[in-house]
Amino acid sequence: MSEVLVVIDHVDGEVKKPTYELLTIAKRLGDPAAVFFGSPEQGDAVAEKVKAYGAGKVYVVDDAQIKGFLVAPKAEALQQLAEQVSGGDGLAAILLPSSFENKEVAGRLAIKLGSGLITDAVDVQAGEGGPVTTQSVFAGNYTVQAKVTQGTPIITVKPNSAAPEQAEGAGSVEAFAATISDTARTAQIVATQPRQSTGRPELTEAAIVVSGGRGTGGNFEPVEGFADSIGAAVGASRAAVDSGWMPHAFQVGQTGKTVSPQLYVANGISGAIQHRAGMQTSKTIVAVNKDPEAPIFELVDFGVVGDLHTVLPAATEKVKERKG
Amino acid sequence: MNIVVCVKYVPDATADRKFEDDFTVDRVGVDGLLSELDEYAVEQALQFREKREGEEITVTALTVGPEKAVDAVRKALQMGADSGVHVLDEAIAGSDYIATSLVLAKAIEKIKADAGADLVVCGMASTDAAGSVVPAMLAERLGMPQVTLASVIESQGDQVRIKRDNEGSTEVIGATLPIVLSVTDQSGEARYPSFKGIMAAKKKPLETYSLSDLGVDAGQVGLSVAWSQVEDTTERPPRTAGEIVTDEDGSGAGALVDFLASKKFI
Repeated sequence: MSEVLVVIDHVDGEVKKPTYELLTIAKRLGDPAAVFFGSPEQGDAVAEKVKAYGAGKVYVVDDAQIKGFLVAPKAEALQQLAEQVSGGDGLAAILLPSSFENKEVAGRLAIKLGSGLITDAVDVQAGEGGPVTTQSVFAGNYTVQAKVTQGTPIITVKPNSAAPEQAEGAGSVEAFAATISDTARTAQIVATQPRQSTGRPELTEAAIVVSGGRGTGGNFEPVEGFADSIGAAVGASRAAVDSGWMPHAFQVGQTGKTVSPQLYVANGISGAIQHRAGMQTSKTIVAVNKDPEAPIFELVDFGVVGDLHTVLPAATEKVKERKG
Repeated sequence: MNIVVCVKYVPDATADRKFEDDFTVDRVGVDGLLSELDEYAVEQALQFREKREGEEITVTALTVGPEKAVDAVRKALQMGADSGVHVLDEAIAGSDYIATSLVLAKAIEKIKADAGADLVVCGMASTDAAGSVVPAMLAERLGMPQVTLASVIESQGDQVRIKRDNEGSTEVIGATLPIVLSVTDQSGEARYPSFKGIMAAKKKPLETYSLSDLGVDAGQVGLSVAWSQVEDTTERPPRTAGEIVTDEDGSGAGALVDFLASKKFI
């Protein structure tokens, strides 16, 4: 079978959940082969993790020449790897976790390889002529089925698009030496400041998201307290971010993060199209809002017309009581 | 110096957006406008010029799209861009990212030959396809550094520095002009056209290019040669109306927790 390249999502060698989701998808399409951009010393540890989800090969690409520059070097390295693999066992697809950066890598790679590109898939299945993707578009109002018709399909896949399934893979480590050109190293990362961890689940990966909007009036304590009581990630509407109440990294919506959790709890959020675009595909939607006319109530499975500043703290107490 | 700002004409996101029978986006039956996210690109192009007083800097707004797409360029001219270019050719309809970026890149090369293209500015995404890939593709095709998703932009001489929020960090990126820059909605509110701006826009030069003007073969673009193909589109069924309760004397919290427990979230 042909290989399916899966670009590993990790922070300093700590592999993140979307990687396992992609490996699970890759198995439907061919032989999963993981690609690790990072320090070669971490290669073996990473291989141990990904082989438990079916990675037959783990290509370790030393990112010393790559990590200091935006996007272009990674696309170059993937092009060289893809060309090597194509000449060997063949290449069925290239899957990347759908982040802004990976989408840009995928875009450049598509041009380099002469391959079609599909972004932000929420599902990928094997079809007769190659992978068939599902995307959620127009603020979640439509789903679209598509396939790549030229070259090696390059697909970026959103988090939570598959339930990770364990499967023993060989996990054989292969170092891949990429040659990075000078022209790919022209947008330099001059400084990086990691964001402080909140200790809460990652917004795009969380099973439950509790978010707040204009109705918080800038006080996110009730939202955060309730989120912590049910082990949720915290999100915010654009109005809350624009007001400076929450950093942009927490924004759910068209220009922030798109989430698709099991449960989404919107508090003091009216439900403007910009926000709906980021959360409409959540499995269960709950809202707390003072305004009974708020459009968010059109989407909910359950809604409370009331003030989040009284409802959420009381609900937090009740959750704690139940949990004993 | 000349700045090229890429602008897209998109169906209004607040309207009922639809697909045509061939699964392309309905760009005629739904009212269109300049993509909100490209307004930020126009704004940053104008601010770039305004911050560098004393330099001769022009801003060219560029769009690719059907006849009505010229409205996106007009809006940019009303906001303060100096000239406009509209690539209009029936063969382009249904183009994917690959072909769209090809046409844009060829148009930018033509503008570069005529007026220069020291800085190409794009929005962070379109509000219809929302792919966020075209700026990177333009950088790839034009061989320029890609400096994308900027929330703060500073420049001095030929040096540009931007700040951007990445997934887990805040980064500062540096590059030397010419570059392809994309900006987010965090980069600063876009200005409204003034009455004076609207009147002045009517006299600004606006050129229309066809594919042959750009040296692009019609067989390289359009729906039939797209490298990806939509097989089906399905309208999401409307969510069935949920239960709404009104909080009275603390009843809301109890009802909320009961609901979550019934769904096994607690």
